[in-house]
Amino acid sequence: MSEAVTQTLNIIKSNKLIAKYDKDARDIFGFWVYLMTDCVLFASLFAVFAVLRHNTYGGPGASLLFSMPYALVETIILLTSSFTCGLAVLSAQLKHNKRVLFWFIVTFALGASFLGLELNEFHNFIAMGDSWRRSGFLSSYFVLVATHGLHITLGLLWIAVMSVFVLKRGISDLVMKRIRMLSMFWHFLDVVWIFIFTIVYLFGAIRV
Amino acid sequence: MSQINHQPVDILVSTHQPEQVTLRGYVIGFGGSIVMTITAYLFARYGMLNKPVMVALLAFLALAQFTLQLVYFLHLGREFSPRLKLLVTVFMMIIVFILVGGSIWIMNNLDGRMMGTKVMIKYMNSQDGL
Amino acid sequence: MGLISIFANFWLGKLNLQALPPNAIQWFGAILMLSVPIGLALLLTVKKKWKWLYKEWLTTQDPKKIGVMYILVALAMLLRGGADVMFMKTQQSISVGHNMGILSASHFQQIVSAHGTIMIFFVAMGLMFGLINLIVPLQIGARDVAFPFLNATSFWLFFAGMILVNASLVLGDFAATGWLAYPPLSELRYSPTVGVDYWIWSLEIAGAGSLLAAINFLVTIFKMRVKGMNFMKMPMFVWSVLGSLMLVAFAFPILTVTLGLLALDRDLGTHFFTAGGGGNMMMYVNLIWAWGHPEVYILVLPGFGVFSEVVSTFARKRLFGYTSMVWAIGAIVLLSFLVWLHHFFTMGAGSDVNAFFGIMTMIIAIPTGVKIFNWLFTMYRGKIRLESPILWFIGFVVIFTIGGMAGVLLAVPPIDFQLHNSLFLVAHFHMMIVGGVLFADFAAITYWFPKIFGFKLNEKLGRFTFWCWLIGFLTSFIPLYILGFMGATRRLNHYSASLGWQQLFIVSAIGAAIIGLGVGAQILQFVVSIIQRKNNLDTTGDPWDGRSLEWSTPSPVPFYTFARLPHVTERDAFWVAKRQKVEDKRPYEDIAIPKNSPLSMVIALGAFLLGFGIVWHIWWLAVSGLLTIIATIIIRSMDEETEYVLKASDVERLDKQYRMQTKTRETKLAVEV
Repeated sequence: MSEAVTQTLNIIKSNKLIAKYDKDARDIFGFWVYLMTDCVLFASLFAVFAVLRHNTYGGPGASLLFSMPYALVETIILLTSSFTCGLAVLSAQLKHNKRVLFWFIVTFALGASFLGLELNEFHNFIAMGDSWRRSGFLSSYFVLVATHGLHITLGLLWIAVMSVFVLKRGISDLVMKRIRMLSMFWHFLDVVWIFIFTIVYLFGAIRV
Repeated sequence: MSQINHQPVDILVSTHQPEQVTLRGYVIGFGGSIVMTITAYLFARYGMLNKPVMVALLAFLALAQFTLQLVYFLHLGREFSPRLKLLVTVFMMIIVFILVGGSIWIMNNLDGRMMGTKVMIKYMNSQDGL
Repeated sequence: MGLISIFANFWLGKLNLQALPPNAIQWFGAILMLSVPIGLALLLTVKKKWKWLYKEWLTTQDPKKIGVMYILVALAMLLRGGADVMFMKTQQSISVGHNMGILSASHFQQIVSAHGTIMIFFVAMGLMFGLINLIVPLQIGARDVAFPFLNATSFWLFFAGMILVNASLVLGDFAATGWLAYPPLSELRYSPTVGVDYWIWSLEIAGAGSLLAAINFLVTIFKMRVKGMNFMKMPMFVWSVLGSLMLVAFAFPILTVTLGLLALDRDLGTHFFTAGGGGNMMMYVNLIWAWGHPEVYILVLPGFGVFSEVVSTFARKRLFGYTSMVWAIGAIVLLSFLVWLHHFFTMGAGSDVNAFFGIMTMIIAIPTGVKIFNWLFTMYRGKIRLESPILWFIGFVVIFTIGGMAGVLLAVPPIDFQLHNSLFLVAHFHMMIVGGVLFADFAAITYWFPKIFGFKLNEKLGRFTFWCWLIGFLTSFIPLYILGFMGATRRLNHYSASLGWQQLFIVSAIGAAIIGLGVGAQILQFVVSIIQRKNNLDTTGDPWDGRSLEWSTPSPVPFYTFARLPHVTERDAFWVAKRQKVEDKRPYEDIAIPKNSPLSMVIALGAFLLGFGIVWHIWWLAVSGLLTIIATIIIRSMDEETEYVLKASDVERLDKQYRMQTKTRETKLAVEV
């Protein structure tokens, strides 16, 4: 009798657990779909860049403007931040609150320095008179890279908010789910950057 | 009866559990990405290849790194059937291919039929501005 | 003086007294526009209904209510877009030779652009999302959507976009550039007023809402189907919505980018689509149609879904060729991304490019044809009840086939070169959109009305409406084909008397008036049906002898939707269940229901302020709008108690009450009869 009761209770408990897991999986899937639509947004910007890349209108072209080592440093920094963000998820999975915070801070610092480098690059171009007003090519360069930068800014804001959550509420199921989503967002931004690095900077350097 | 009930529930719970990430996966993804980034960089900077080969090589490296990060950072391909994440991703890739490839094709085709800039300026001058 | 102007510049941007309407006709429009919200506000105050409105509607997260709100907004916008038609048709009938008509050229162009923009984005899209909200969760046996808060936010973003587009009637002007605002005309240099900005930002905001709604319903359909309903057992409406939403999710980002780049050209001086500075205006045309063509199928696919349901229900047969229907939808989804160049054959691409897109365009007619034949075969040998939903279907077949054949003609590039930008094209796409989308939506409203409100619509007036629409529509648009052949271009506000076009334009205007009569009859239909609702009560929850799960619930659908989740083993699940007559003895369960929240509205308010601020260059307003959005999202994320639980015992009590009501209604009716 008592065994049968515990059995039933177990089943009810498991059903609830399954329902909760399913809901989390649904939320994460929804976020994935959003990321995929964001890919199309970036693809449109890439298409514009590809079409306008030679429309320099007497201004400088890609090979003249961009410094390759600078772009490489940016890339490595962002890639490393993607890795540390993964480590934060790993720590969260093991419920190490402090380690999660540590990796969040590292990720934030790396992301912020990436953003700083990007803004510095923009500043240098503008100071030389090569702003987005200069030519169709520069318009498309600025907007493509700045859209990525805007996403990074939102990501940084999100990391800050999540850190407060971890600090105040610990790693509840809800917080865990959101950390997973945040890491998806951050990795996604690195994925987009692969193509910016290749198409804008490397293809620019070899004058495609 | 209780014996029959017991097992499926446990299995069910474990198959519904969210994916667990591992350090190994992240290290593979990170290391691979770094190697591919630097390879691409070195080829673009110092490689003495002709342009089409170079473009193909860099595009291949970018796509390889893209796949690597999808698998090891974004954990694509670990879900149970039906693989909806994969479905949506593949659909996205098709659309991106059509959009970017199509736009470049169409706009290049148009460009090829336009007057070149120099001829255009000459023509405009000869026509008093229009 | 200088100080005052700096002060005014900061606080008001470009906004000043000149933004008010310049002449009597535009004042008339503005006052008419303002009288609607003011009148509603007064009515609510007099009736002391504000609290009720806030609690029951404005803060709701229930898709059934959100769907109703979408449809109400869309119908209101249908009247607005219809009023535009009356102005256009009057102008075109009388503005011949020395008579310049009633509208200035610029005002006429604004009205044309507003008509197109409003009809596509705020009528067709609104009706579509309304129906999706109402019906999709019911048909897949889900109590709610995947993200209820996001759903409400989508609606309010749609609403904010709608307000912004209508604000242009009162403050400033609207784009005089056609509904897709091609540059360089839409660039700052040639359109220096705020009209194009209004157009851009209302669509950006409404488009963001559509994108979020698409993601939401994709997840709902993919992940929340009731147990047993695998993909090949989904009702055809759900399949069509799935196809349509895949297109929304992957086409709307292109629109967001295109509009955003145009805005940057106008506000920050970039050179994406400018005539000089290394811009490429043809890229705009390319991008906007890479979104625009899928958009056509976004609108028409749910319409196809509605007809699939209506035809099989009213022919009392299962849908013919279910599998081929599914494949047809899949083919349409993919092909609709491969035909966009047919909108600009004349731009000057080579014959290779034009041929490819021409052939693709002809190919996409095949799956569409498959669907038409499937419906006809469904009707063949069915026991057809000729009620108004199926009348709309028959009207659709006639109009859609005529319009479709015109479309296949236009798919041939050399023919397109002759007919591009002519009224022939205008007639073609109106036949597709009105025949395929609007007729479907009217059929859907008639068909599902009893499910939502608990009583049927008046059938006599419904038929009268249909005949007005069909006759009026054909009278209005067949002349446009002829005018197109004669060389009349679209957006024409004045022409020479010697062309001999006036009679045909007058015939077309008479057609529009007949449609107007139909719209009047429709309004009357709603009023009469509400007053006489006791004659038309739906006591069973299944007034049409339906086939899918929505008919298994009582009408109107209770707030918890399904007391017990339905049991699905086959296609047409409810049809099967009705015949098996198995009594449901499963226990009731606790149901989690999302709490109301005003924050969706706050986010949309922020979006509106952001849009309005950018339109008028009131930067403090734009920034505060943006901060409002971000802050609201963060505040919302801190709330973990977003649901409340309806206890199983309460569900049982309410369910029995509902069923009892249904039965007493039935017996009452029996006694009355």
